[in-house]
Amino acid sequence: MRTLRFLLQKEFRQIFRNTTILRMIIMVPIIQLLILPLAADYEIKNINVAIVDHDHSGMVQQLIGKISSSGYFHIADYNSSYDKTFTKFENDKADLILEIPQHFERNLVREDKQELFLAVNAINGIKATVGSSYLAGVIRDFNADLRLRYYPSLATANNPVIDVAPVNWYNPFLNYRFFMVPGILVVLVTMVGSYMCALNIVKEKEAGTIEQINVTPIKKFQFILGKLIPFWLIGIFVFSLGLWVIARFVYGIIPVGSILLLYSFLAVYLIALLGIGLLISTYSTTQQQAMSLAFFMVMIFMLMSGLFTPIDSMPGWAKWIAHASPVTYFIDVIRMVTLKGSGLTDIKNHFLIMGGFAVFFNGWAVLNYRKTS
Amino acid sequence: MITREVVIKTDKLTKKFGDFIATNEISFEVYSGEIFGFLGANGAGKTTAIRMLCGLLTPTSGHATVAGFDIYKQTEKVKSNIGYMSQKFSLYEDLTPRENIKFYGGIYGLTDKEIKGKSDSLIHQLGLEMQADKLVGSLPLGWKQKLAFSVAIIHDPKIVFLDEPTGGVDPVTRRQFWDLIYDASEKGITSFVTTHYMDEAEYCNRISMMVDGVMKECDTPSILKEKYHTDSMDEVFFELARGAKRTAD
Repeated sequence: MRTLRFLLQKEFRQIFRNTTILRMIIMVPIIQLLILPLAADYEIKNINVAIVDHDHSGMVQQLIGKISSSGYFHIADYNSSYDKTFTKFENDKADLILEIPQHFERNLVREDKQELFLAVNAINGIKATVGSSYLAGVIRDFNADLRLRYYPSLATANNPVIDVAPVNWYNPFLNYRFFMVPGILVVLVTMVGSYMCALNIVKEKEAGTIEQINVTPIKKFQFILGKLIPFWLIGIFVFSLGLWVIARFVYGIIPVGSILLLYSFLAVYLIALLGIGLLISTYSTTQQQAMSLAFFMVMIFMLMSGLFTPIDSMPGWAKWIAHASPVTYFIDVIRMVTLKGSGLTDIKNHFLIMGGFAVFFNGWAVLNYRKTS
Repeated sequence: MITREVVIKTDKLTKKFGDFIATNEISFEVYSGEIFGFLGANGAGKTTAIRMLCGLLTPTSGHATVAGFDIYKQTEKVKSNIGYMSQKFSLYEDLTPRENIKFYGGIYGLTDKEIKGKSDSLIHQLGLEMQADKLVGSLPLGWKQKLAFSVAIIHDPKIVFLDEPTGGVDPVTRRQFWDLIYDASEKGITSFVTTHYMDEAEYCNRISMMVDGVMKECDTPSILKEKYHTDSMDEVFFELARGAKRTAD
């Protein structure tokens, strides 16, 4: 224990003396949490619609009025030639083209039937799908209005309709930030934890000080604990800074569930994560190698963790990778606990799996870390 | 000659890296309080031998005891009884001399009182009073090396291994460095030194010569000079190293 005290004292001295690390610990969480959630917003607004009108009737004006008043659309062009409008499309000035055929109003009234043509610029897949379904919704609404006006009896009585009334639980206003901020907080802790731990140990290899340590009677576990404990504490500090300062005051996110539960999971998560950092350091001899390796792993973990895209919609092999990453479980847990108020029984499996990760990565790293070659 | 306590004893100690035999069946003894020079051209196997004796490298075959402990089975005991200073400067540059002394003293199990006493006497002895609270990284190389040596023997080990400790150091500082080695020797600390400077070889009680992983000679400088009919260690070195087949690394 006395040896550990000296190791920790030395480690903290070095960390607090290194202004780059200090700046990283404090500034990185703040800046990333302020910027990333704003950029990673999936809500689609300002969809540019170009309208090709061959009819010029009152009903078309009503439809256009309805589209533009929905708040999601911007009428980018109004024209009576499809070819002219298509140039807007090609120049990325329009995301959707709605073509209204000749005699739209007349046919609708006379034949009860009319078709509209919708062209979608699908380069941005999300914007295309969301935009066209919004627009289809607006048109459906418009259609219902018309029915009500022209065939009031038909609209209310004879037509069997299944009406769906959705209620949004846990995040009633579908605020995207409530979903993203906790996830980004996890990524932050992951980056700070794994990079800093790996680089710190490899730095000792580069400087040759690790060899000096290896000829002393320090035990392997003492040296490793001396490295893990400081970064474990730093990880908790970074998480707290993000949770109590940024998430709370900037985004108004106050966890619904137990804070103690969240911190308990963080504690286990950080052990697993530092194990990865340690493992990286045992396979690297230079900081450059460690950095490349850590970057590669964190990149995969981040993209496959369900932070941006739901894991359920990934192909089978990708799901395997996603479930082999500790980040996935923590993102899941933090969302469950902060948004839903999940308790220990709900995340029991997550705890067990994370404990497994901690044992696996640290065990592997310890086996691979040798004082003797 | 009185029989003296043997502190290092090796018996056909061998290390192979694949097909390459770094040290080939070297056998020698080092006595307590002795300054033992370990000479050889670059790539002759000196560092490999030192690393095996310090427990940093596991030998392929052969036996050795250091401070009476087996280097295979009792590495931790060996480590408590030796000091080591590599050719690469190995104190923490972002700590002050005082903090380095405290750290190494602490991990060798010195009490707080001993650390305080050692720290004050070391800093005084090295004339580092002005620099005691400045970062080690800002000290000149010679001072760093003297400090590194003092830290390596902070726990009064039986043996201190010095792997080219004076590389890149000016002649005056080298002389001062050797004074530190003599002081340690008087306290009963055995020094095991590798060097490329033949004037330093003259300072040793006994020297050994490694050529291509084999120990060619092991005796006092005066006997060796006599044997090769010369009055300089340089000549002895050339005579022996000329036969080397391995090119310098």
